[in-house]
Amino acid sequence: MKILIIGGGMGGTILANNLARRLKHEIKHGKAHITMLSASDQHMYQPGLLYVCVGRMAPDELYREQASLLEPEIEFHVDPVEEFHLDQNSVKTKSGKTYDYDALVISTGSRAAPEAVPGLAEHSVNCYTEQNALEMWRQVKNFKGGKVGIVVGVPHKCPMIPLEVTFVLHDYFKEKGIADQVEFHYTYPIGRLHSLEPVGKWAEGEFANMGINTTTLFNMKEVDGSGKVVHSEEGETVEYDLLISVPPHRGMEVIEKNGLGANGFIPTDRHSLKMEGQDNVYVIGDTTNLPISKAGSTAHFEAEALAENLAALVKLGEPVRDYDGKVFCFIEAGKDRATYAMFDYGHPPAPKAPNKAVHWFKMAYNQLYWASARGLL
Amino acid sequence: MSERKIIDARGTYCPGPLMELIAGIKQIEVGDELEVLSTDEGSANDIPEWVNKVGHELVGTTQEGDVWHVVVRKAK
Ligand SMILES: Cc1cc2nc3c(=O)[nH]c(=O)nc-3n(C[C@H](O)[C@H](O)[C@H](O)COP(=O)(O)OP(=O)(O)OC[C@H]3O[C@@H](n4cnc5c(N)ncnc54)[C@H](O)[C@@H]3O)c2cc1C
Repeated sequence: MKILIIGGGMGGTILANNLARRLKHEIKHGKAHITMLSASDQHMYQPGLLYVCVGRMAPDELYREQASLLEPEIEFHVDPVEEFHLDQNSVKTKSGKTYDYDALVISTGSRAAPEAVPGLAEHSVNCYTEQNALEMWRQVKNFKGGKVGIVVGVPHKCPMIPLEVTFVLHDYFKEKGIADQVEFHYTYPIGRLHSLEPVGKWAEGEFANMGINTTTLFNMKEVDGSGKVVHSEEGETVEYDLLISVPPHRGMEVIEKNGLGANGFIPTDRHSLKMEGQDNVYVIGDTTNLPISKAGSTAHFEAEALAENLAALVKLGEPVRDYDGKVFCFIEAGKDRATYAMFDYGHPPAPKAPNKAVHWFKMAYNQLYWASARGLL
Repeated sequence: MSERKIIDARGTYCPGPLMELIAGIKQIEVGDELEVLSTDEGSANDIPEWVNKVGHELVGTTQEGDVWHVVVRKAK
């Protein structure tokens, strides 16, 4: 069976390595073949960008050579896909090559799209690319005090970012000794401070202690850069001197161009992870349209479930399990405290009070991630 | 003829049914409807509050077993 994986990020890499281990014997005997196509020869640990924004990590710490993370049995090419021919079981790449498959997995991720809100790209900073994170760090470092606005679009990857970015910035200004000259205004699209109710409740107490102003039911309509004010769909405004955004996200353009899903998100079955209407096309990570977190941990648990199923398909002729919606998210609650949320389709999260131990575990995970991408963890 | 799309947010906790509705409503035309399926009672209350504040139209809310069906029409 020829398995073709598109995307060498969190989802694709964990899947490919996990599969290669499970199918070592079959690959050796020509019964299975794994190919990965990606858009870059580098792999970025995206969660590290949060630390770049406050000068606690340099961008070069976030990259590894993609080829160095992959099991040797995996055929890897840096050759982005341009056309999907699902009716012919093949894809066409930028180099002009055609790759065919028996099973296709799409894990091309998602991207921040600040251009979706008028004025947002020009007048705000965000932590979603290396360039943006560095620009945020430059503006944060030079900030002498004033109003910090935090505005959030949906959908976005990493649901904890709105809170985390507020916590880490608050601690940064405190450490710099200018906290009393900085006024935070945190906004959120729905009627509480976070989409997970227990996390929202917990943040309420934390924000009250930190003196952070909040406005809920605030969805960005446009940013007026000359007046330094953000207008919401609901008719409210937030003034700022420094505007931090979590822009609304889209999937990759190639998904939209090929008509695989509106806004670049592919309709996906929540249990089998099959693309709707297809029997041999699977979707994992940010690219699915599933109403669950767009997070590395989602991609990780989906990749594990799918690897087990694809290996079973090769060995037994049928899948063996359903993906249960499992997600695990760390929440950095400042520079030295953290907590986490864990949940699945059947069980809501119950985050505990943050502590130093979880923060240090997250710091360790920042390094352990590379073992996890290799499929070892 | 207006269309109705379904957002199946049953059993999901994050980003949450209302976040899905806010994202989904940007993708449909004025006059079209979205039906959100949710097992979270809070959303059955949150959604009308948001719809009201932004100025869309709440077509109706029904409960079947432990699943709420909330239908919203895009008004602007
Ligand atoms: C600042 C920040 C903080 C975060 N913090 C956390 C956190 O604490 N915890 C957590 O769980 N998650 C976190 N995330 C989210 C996490 O990084 C993503 O959800 C995760 O990377 C998604 O994995 P993916 O495989 O779907 O996509 P990605 O990891 O983005 O990978 C997509 C891959 O597809 C490739 N690709 C794109 N287009 C093509 C094409 N046409 N052909 C071939 N290949 C293509 C790309 O090169 C890339 O290799 C964070 C993200 C950011 C930005």
